Amino acid sequence: MAVTMIEERKVVPYSGNMAAAEALRQINPDVVAAYPITPQTEMMHFFADFVANGLVDTEFITVESEHSALSAVVGAAAAGARAMTATAGPGLALMWEILGVASGMRLPAVIALVNRALSSPINIHGDHSDMMGARDQGWIILVSENAEEEYDNLIQAVKIAEDERVRLPVMVGMDGFIISHSIEGVSLLKDEEVREFVGKQRMFHPLLDVEHPTTHGAIAMSDSYMEFKRQQREAMMNAYKVIREVGEEFAALRGKKYEHIEAYKTEDAEYILIVMGSAAGTAKYVVDRMRERGEKVGIIKIRTFRPFPYYDLADAIVASNAKAIGVMDRAETFGGYSGPLFEEVCTALYTRNKFYPIAGLIYGLGGRDCNINHIEEAFDVVKKKAAGEEVPPVTYLNLQV
Amino acid sequence: MAQVSDKPKFVTKGEIKVPPIRDLTDSREGIAPGHRLCTGCVAGIILRQMFMAAEAAGYTLVIANATGCVEVCTSIYPHTSWKVPWIHNAFENAAATISGVEAAYKALKRKGMLPSDKKVKFVALGGDGGTYDIGFQSLSGALERGHDFIYVCYDNEAYMNTGIQRSSATPRHAATTTQPAGKVIPGKPQPKKWMPEIAAAHGIPYVAQAAPSHFNDFMRKFIKALNTKGPSYLNVFCTCPRGWRAKEEEGILISRLAVETNYWPLFEVEDGKWKINYKPKERKPIEEFLKKQGRFKHMFKPGNEYLIKELQEDVDKRWERLLKLEQL
Ligand SMILES: Cc1ncc(C[n+]2csc(CCOP(=O)(O)OP(=O)(O)O)c2C)c(N)n1
Repeated sequence: MAVTMIEERKVVPYSGNMAAAEALRQINPDVVAAYPITPQTEMMHFFADFVANGLVDTEFITVESEHSALSAVVGAAAAGARAMTATAGPGLALMWEILGVASGMRLPAVIALVNRALSSPINIHGDHSDMMGARDQGWIILVSENAEEEYDNLIQAVKIAEDERVRLPVMVGMDGFIISHSIEGVSLLKDEEVREFVGKQRMFHPLLDVEHPTTHGAIAMSDSYMEFKRQQREAMMNAYKVIREVGEEFAALRGKKYEHIEAYKTEDAEYILIVMGSAAGTAKYVVDRMRERGEKVGIIKIRTFRPFPYYDLADAIVASNAKAIGVMDRAETFGGYSGPLFEEVCTALYTRNKFYPIAGLIYGLGGRDCNINHIEEAFDVVKKKAAGEEVPPVTYLNLQV
Repeated sequence: MAQVSDKPKFVTKGEIKVPPIRDLTDSREGIAPGHRLCTGCVAGIILRQMFMAAEAAGYTLVIANATGCVEVCTSIYPHTSWKVPWIHNAFENAAATISGVEAAYKALKRKGMLPSDKKVKFVALGGDGGTYDIGFQSLSGALERGHDFIYVCYDNEAYMNTGIQRSSATPRHAATTTQPAGKVIPGKPQPKKWMPEIAAAHGIPYVAQAAPSHFNDFMRKFIKALNTKGPSYLNVFCTCPRGWRAKEEEGILISRLAVETNYWPLFEVEDGKWKINYKPKERKPIEEFLKKQGRFKHMFKPGNEYLIKELQEDVDKRWERLLKLEQL
């Protein structure tokens, strides 16, 4: 049955922003708050059109800042509504204080994030420094490889966030411009399919139940604060399971299963790159090309960045023939050994008592091109590392000197 | 327990009369006893008057509270003082938070997920810091967007929760912990920002300034705001015995003196029309208000007469302006 549905599916030429807006239209949230920032802006243009033409019955709040956008989303979600917003780079940075409020209050909100570099210097293009800055604020973080994945991830995000075992907000990232503004073939689900999949929002002690008044966002002293935080950790651990379940359920619609990671040709691979976001698509292409030349290479794409899939990742690496690994980071951790993803990979392996030579590779900052040559270069560094050659903690790819 | 009254004691249309206070004293209050506000804190009295007015008009309030004394003193887990729906988000976003709550209310009512026969009103509550300063932008945004809510600023003229630092609502020459009265600088150099006129400049339907000493006037204004569709802004005088170095039992007396000296004029702006609600027959000199409070003590030292004169000038200037605005 799933097969016939997939055959009927409409494939449209959409940008990432169009696909995300389309997901929002089909989800039809109760409240959406919006503030413009490149490269997210046009996503909300599309959505505003849906509102203006009555294609959704969402309350659309055109706030005066991102800080207020997320603040309004917190109010709406606490009230019992399904609430969403979208932003990018500095917009996410301005939301930072409220990110922790939303997760601390255990509100199932969703941010459609178009990844953008942070100032200074000002740069409107895509990298992951915004998302990494928000890393420890208790949000589930999903990362998309292309427009269709952004669309699929957003639909799943609603269900993950609202799951009784989770009740945590989710942000879904896609690389600014590279995905948000490039037109690709996107296979859309039908409206009814999406509506049925996300279902009706179940409210937990909503603020607007005036007959049973509740207090939200109380102050907790040191006698109870830690217990709240520990429960958040537990919710994150539950999310690890729930994301997988939702991904499996989604497979019935999509004919493609979403997992925490995607291991691409790693079984017999000797050299593996770990990568996140749009570069994963390029990397898969490079793997195919190099394999034609007989090279044993593979990649692992990270889809769930929070909760980080330590077990899945370690399993995939251990199951391969890896001699060395390269971790590609589209963000800096100034003063750290390498990038933020690098640290996670080390943790995943160390806690499994496994040692592999690992090369740190930083690429694509501020939208710097990362093409097939750069991925091949990255594999060269990994090979050097495998051969025991001296490799610095960080190799910058496509750096002009 | 929800705070809504089955039988509103008073239904308003046009001009508003507040029922006799003794009829309201048995109101089901929105805030429980046992909160941790300081002895003599007038914010508690303001809340009480708000809830009495809401009950008289038959409304349930849903409150978004900015960070500050009221929030901190009423919500220490695992307790809560609030008998009505209440949310605290952060310091600077009470107005944005209530925007989201009000939008959710509209959406959920439209989708049949909430009963539509209830008189529910949304209130954002903040101190002067959360209103005049850090929350200014989100307040302005919410007023401009026209959400159906009331913003109540309990103005105690400084950041009290963090220990009496100056805010843009602190009057000229008052001593605060960040602008103390020293040998070189005698307190805060700048005059108080005039928030109500800024709120009114948004062209919202209702703006008023009130004082808890004049409770009939305040409750009438609150009921008017409840019955207003769209945003209302209320600026309410709020003495703070700790921060003002005043006697705990003199809060309401100081409030009365603030009104009698024209320091805190009572007025309202309805659809752009300004009206002064109370004109003292004989304005008392500002000293009568000042001498009750330690924060102005240095102004009475010999050689500092000019400080009192300057503050009096601020007060007179504002009053003159009010009289002119009333003529418009
Ligand atoms: C972003 C941010 N900055 C600063 C603070 C610290 N802070 C908490 S309450 C407060 C002062 C509140 O003053 P006001 O709004 O006048 O209310 P009051 O305490 O006088 O009732 C400050 C500065 C904070 N909580 N959040």
